[in-house]
Amino acid sequence: MKKHKHYLLPDISKPGKTGCRLPELDVPAAELPSREFLRQELALPEVSEAELVRYFTSLSRMNYGVDTGFYPLGSCTMKYNPKWHEDIARFPGFQDIHPCQPADTVPGALQLMYELQEMLAEITGMDATGLAPMAGAQGELASLLMVRAYHHSRGENRRRRILVPDSAHGTNPATAAMCGFEVNTIPSNGDGNLDLKSLASLMNEDAAALTLTMPTTLGLFDPQISEISAVVHKRGGLLIGDGANLNSLLGKVKFGDLGFDCVQLNLHKTFSTPHGGGGPGSGPVCVKENLSDFLPAPIVAKGKEGYQLAKPPKSIGRLGAAGGNFGVMVKAYAYIRSLGAEGLKEVSENAVLNANYLKEKLKPYYHLPYDRTCMHEVVLSGKKQKAKGAATLDIAKRLLDYGFHPPTVYFPQVVEEAIMIEPTETESKETLDAFIEAMIEIAGEAEKNPELLQNAPHSTPVRRLDEVRAARKPDLRWKMK
Amino acid sequence: MPSPYIPNTDHDRAAMLRDIGAGSIAELFQDVPAHFRDVPFDLPPPLTELELKEELRNLSRRNASLDEYACFLGAGRYRHFVPGVVGHITGRSEFYTAYTPYQAEASQGILQSIYEYQSLVCQLAGMEISNAGLYDGSSAAAEAALMACRIAGKKEVAVLSTVNPGYREVIGTYGSGQNIAIKELRPDFKEFSSDYACLVVQQPNFFGYFEELKRYAEIAHGAGALLVVIFDPISLGLFTPPGSCGADIAVAEGQPLGNPLHFGGPGLGIFTCRREHLRQMPGRVVGRTTDIEGQAGYVLTMATREQHIRRERATSNICTNEALVALAATVYLAAMGKSGLRRVAELCYHKAHYAAEAINKLKGYSLAFKQPFFKEFVIQCPLPPEKINRMLLKEKIIGGLDVSHRVDNGMLLCVTEMNSRPEIDRLVSVLGAL
Repeated sequence: MKKHKHYLLPDISKPGKTGCRLPELDVPAAELPSREFLRQELALPEVSEAELVRYFTSLSRMNYGVDTGFYPLGSCTMKYNPKWHEDIARFPGFQDIHPCQPADTVPGALQLMYELQEMLAEITGMDATGLAPMAGAQGELASLLMVRAYHHSRGENRRRRILVPDSAHGTNPATAAMCGFEVNTIPSNGDGNLDLKSLASLMNEDAAALTLTMPTTLGLFDPQISEISAVVHKRGGLLIGDGANLNSLLGKVKFGDLGFDCVQLNLHKTFSTPHGGGGPGSGPVCVKENLSDFLPAPIVAKGKEGYQLAKPPKSIGRLGAAGGNFGVMVKAYAYIRSLGAEGLKEVSENAVLNANYLKEKLKPYYHLPYDRTCMHEVVLSGKKQKAKGAATLDIAKRLLDYGFHPPTVYFPQVVEEAIMIEPTETESKETLDAFIEAMIEIAGEAEKNPELLQNAPHSTPVRRLDEVRAARKPDLRWKMK
Repeated sequence: MPSPYIPNTDHDRAAMLRDIGAGSIAELFQDVPAHFRDVPFDLPPPLTELELKEELRNLSRRNASLDEYACFLGAGRYRHFVPGVVGHITGRSEFYTAYTPYQAEASQGILQSIYEYQSLVCQLAGMEISNAGLYDGSSAAAEAALMACRIAGKKEVAVLSTVNPGYREVIGTYGSGQNIAIKELRPDFKEFSSDYACLVVQQPNFFGYFEELKRYAEIAHGAGALLVVIFDPISLGLFTPPGSCGADIAVAEGQPLGNPLHFGGPGLGIFTCRREHLRQMPGRVVGRTTDIEGQAGYVLTMATREQHIRRERATSNICTNEALVALAATVYLAAMGKSGLRRVAELCYHKAHYAAEAINKLKGYSLAFKQPFFKEFVIQCPLPPEKINRMLLKEKIIGGLDVSHRVDNGMLLCVTEMNSRPEIDRLVSVLGAL
């Protein structure tokens, strides 16, 4: 990536230009309402189409995506996004339909959603699926509102606490708070598993649920899962899954069998729909029968008159005025149908193989806090390098100079100087080897020349950015008159 | 044949297992208790691109697409013209295959475009600051209500009865966890309790007509409450923005800005507010800063409000939002510019009034409200709207939304620049012939 000349839309705006021509009015003009309703001025940039395309193309060249190169961002499952799924989502019959159209004018869309509900329930070993949540965190919101409604329906309003492992995503405690719950943190033990004693002491008649990411955010499968499920259920609680890491269990293991009552998925991670630079996502919730009446509305039901949008009897309500991110669902549906059961299994097996390969190759150079077989991702620590003067952030920035997107860093918080690497199944051995080589070279640089890392990146369109300044003096927009 | 998405060969896998020191892939799953592993999955057999495209094209053709039908449905999601340039920019895979821009130096493209988005949306709404977007208009309204409760330290939210009922329901869902009470007020309400954290008003409202925003702002502010306005971004090409009417928080469904309907999603939750409330704002925000050489650049900022830093004390749990939809809105607003957006709004306004007037003249039909409106209006019909819609469908017309639960035999019709005059005339003549 080369240095660029920085400019913004107002810099290329000139009165009289436009990027789009619109038709003349073909009906008689009506009288406009009184002046108080009318806008006096509208200060938007005026740019021609050619300039616009050049501007946004230059921006795109300053952006790194999965199509640009290896993107081992832990917990984000940055796998390749099949191109033809985009084509399918753009079929006019899927793209140009209105959410309020009568059900019998959209049977194809409803059938696709119904079948996706069924397939996701099968993949997770659950009884029912709600497709309404528009991303993972909204799926978590749905999960915990269902937990709340479930306990209330049984007269157990006293269950006001949610247990959250210390390694959990920030969305877990944030969601619990949004749903009015108090959060209790459960520590991990020395092996990276959940501390069962703490769980047993906190899981009492005031606790509503344990939210558990499986495999955990340490990239480890907790072999105590049956004991965990037993403790939670014996004391009247629910076991709620964060499905962010489903990629390692796809086609191999079912959340339902593990004892989960509910799991939220991320179609934009596991099911290959692109992230779009931060969305759109889709965060379906799959539940056992005990929670199915509480699912968010709408769900698709199959009746005598065909498929219909329906509201479950004790639904927590709507999460959006429309029915969820259908455009994303189409791509996930295509993914599952194109792979089938065997194909999904191949996904998880190759994802886990790739992660373990990286772990073995990198552990002589980077501290490995939990030296055991990992699942779809490996969490290393940069503490050896930090002692030499190059912190995890510096390693991440230096990777940019080698042409790689850095892994997730400083998460999970339970690992000092965490470097969380998730290669996914769509990367070749050659790519992994090139990444390993870069990481090893960087480890060497950290020893000999930590300043090189501290000042990295050196080859990106901008150098390291001043985040403190951004937060102290927030400049969040331009203004034009 | 092997999967096109798994590049490693058997040979690669064998070599990797050797390096790991494992005898088989099964060994790597040893932490999963054996009885949970390799259970059967009952899924349809895999299909190739060629086969599945064919199947899904046929499935998609069973839907009445607006490609083939004239459409007069609105009610929160709208069919507007999308210039070709929008799809070509959002189709750059450097944008659409990227994750949330956590590594700023490798994500300047999306970060700078979000900064443009925040700026354009503020210019449009006449508001001081914007976040990078939420899921959709309704969840943005819900987040606005929760934010108002945090700011005001109150637990009741007043929502006008003329707000989209779907939005009211989503505000209710979001508020339920924290026992926030939602009170529905008629537009002519006499009393406004000082227990309300905010008043939520939609402009133009669900029935299409304009509310007296300034009056509501005075009432809300007089009672120590915030005014939350749900606006239609296209209407702002012609009509007064919420920022000039006393809005403290202004939210909108951003889908009409350059995005297809997609059966209701993805959408885009536009979220703007007054600068003094920055620290209570939900969602990501991008700020401009400099790099170590003094060059301008962009980063995610004010992260101490967010879940990945603040956990249970965050302003919201939102993480992934609708970045690509926001990019489409950015390109759309830039392409339309000052004159284009005004023209779109004018086309909607005049065509909607042309249609409304013509239908109003038909025997048995009348406009339900007298107030000024933008592109939507309610018609009282001589028959139940459901029946009328059945008949329209036979003529390849998708009629309006049935609002007979609120207005006797009421149908909410929407006309945009996408409806040609012949199409409108056809609607009028079919309605007249019923």
